[in-house]
Amino acid sequence: MSSLTDLTIAAARDGLEKGEFTSAELTEAHISAVEAARGLNAFITETPELALERAKASDERRAKGEAASGMDGIPIAVKDLYCTEGVETTAGSHILGGFTPPYESTVTQNLRDGGAVMLGKTNMDEFAMGSANITSYHGNVINPWKLDDGKDRVPGGSSGGSAAAVAGHFALGAAGSDTGGSIRQPASFSGIVGMKPTYGRCSRWGMVAFASSLDQAGPMTRSVEDAAIMLQSMVSHDKKDSTSVDQPVPDFAAALTGDIKGLKVGIPAEYRLDGMPGEIETLWQQGVDWLKDAGAEPVEISLPHTKYALPTYYIVAPAEASSNLARYDGVRYGLRVEGDSLDEMYENTRGQGFGAEVRRRIMIGTYVLSAGYYDAYYVKAMKLRTLILQEFQRAFENVEVMLTPTAPSPAFAIGEKMDDPVQMYLNDVFTVPASLAGLPAISVPGGLSDEGLPLGLHLITKPFDEETLFRVGGVLEEAAEFTAQPSYLGGAS
Amino acid sequence: MDKDTVLNIAKLARIKVSDAETESLAGELTNIFDWIEQLNEVNTDNVEPMTSVVAMDMPSRIDEVNDGADAERVLQNAPDRPADAQGNSMAFYTVPKVVE
Repeated sequence: MSSLTDLTIAAARDGLEKGEFTSAELTEAHISAVEAARGLNAFITETPELALERAKASDERRAKGEAASGMDGIPIAVKDLYCTEGVETTAGSHILGGFTPPYESTVTQNLRDGGAVMLGKTNMDEFAMGSANITSYHGNVINPWKLDDGKDRVPGGSSGGSAAAVAGHFALGAAGSDTGGSIRQPASFSGIVGMKPTYGRCSRWGMVAFASSLDQAGPMTRSVEDAAIMLQSMVSHDKKDSTSVDQPVPDFAAALTGDIKGLKVGIPAEYRLDGMPGEIETLWQQGVDWLKDAGAEPVEISLPHTKYALPTYYIVAPAEASSNLARYDGVRYGLRVEGDSLDEMYENTRGQGFGAEVRRRIMIGTYVLSAGYYDAYYVKAMKLRTLILQEFQRAFENVEVMLTPTAPSPAFAIGEKMDDPVQMYLNDVFTVPASLAGLPAISVPGGLSDEGLPLGLHLITKPFDEETLFRVGGVLEEAAEFTAQPSYLGGAS
Repeated sequence: MDKDTVLNIAKLARIKVSDAETESLAGELTNIFDWIEQLNEVNTDNVEPMTSVVAMDMPSRIDEVNDGADAERVLQNAPDRPADAQGNSMAFYTVPKVVE
């Protein structure tokens, strides 16, 4: 039998059910793997005692025949923007300094209720603002994938620690969050599956807010089936989040039938960017061929406003962030840096408590919301957002799913693309449009770049049609036969 | 975007920025807003600004107390909690002077 850390969630669940091992054994193997992987800096806070306690409770439930869900006893990582009861929560920032929530976010409570075992809190870009996990107060995360050049590569971001933990086999799955691509882009960079459900599927209650009209929780796993199993334990209608939707929740894993005969797959022409690397284009075409071979019908479609999605996002998201992050003022909790006046205390606290990228985005947001500029920037962006949504709605009258690349490049070396913020923002060019329209989307590993780094393929469906997403994702996964492993693998025995 | 504009935004955002940073921010923000300018190519005259990405009715609930009487948990992360004569934290905390 392979090592316990090499299992999928589905295989671990089956092994637990058959009594081949206990959750305590599975969890101990992962706790050791987390400790051994500290060099990658994927975790901000490790919670081994809590994990073992919950694993033992899971084993006791199972012994009584009362396993709570497919996630019962499964060790997972949790992005450090979910408030977790009694466990420090930093959102990758200095400004929350020492904040320990006395409550549990709805998504992590759902996972807890389902029996999942939290190994700890994973590193992330500060307040989820970044595409390379290089803006964290707690330092960079290193991608488990390396090349012969010896350079450390970024895991993508903002859910970079979560991606590294799953890719490097020191967690079976991870809870990430996605505002403009923060689950899907790191999944692509790390060779794993990353899924963002429809806006409103998961409650945002207890998630540290970045941009409230875009933020959405989702699973990061090593298979499409695992993403379906994990999402099942994350979603709920929640009265504590007025944007959480009261929709029937299907059995997501049951959607993986492998049958996509006659399914119309939209291939949006505008995602073919000038100067896009040939390897991205090639993989995208390969993805089209795989779906065609499985009986689907590719359809060329046009989404003319695609190029405006990213600049629209960089008005909407910073605007909401500047408002959400106004709460960090040094008065009631977190960091306080004294000053001679109240205003100076605010300015010192926020100047020292926020990192450079967060300060920059708060300032963009403050500017676009300020008197005299609100209509020219913010209202304009919200009109563009309407156009982008309508364009998707029209396209989905003719196709059931869209296929695009996840990111315009493979993982880059730490230190690259850091001089120009706009170059960094372009990482999310393929993931942001679905975020602006609130649509569910998934990144599935498709293959390797010319140099040997993972590349993802990206699927988008209609609101609340996660089932089609999983079904088509499963077909892509099977066709891609992505078995390549990163150079760092935890828990190897 | 010049240094004065940056300083004004920083003031509005209550963020202290150093002189050197003001200079580099002026350049970075200028680049970002130059790039954002492309949105003006799109005619949005008869377009409604988006208010909600998922069409739904605003939920309402009975206006009743469903939580509370839990001062200890509420104050768990509060700074500067004075202690009473017995050394127990009191159920309030002190804040910087906010009224001049």
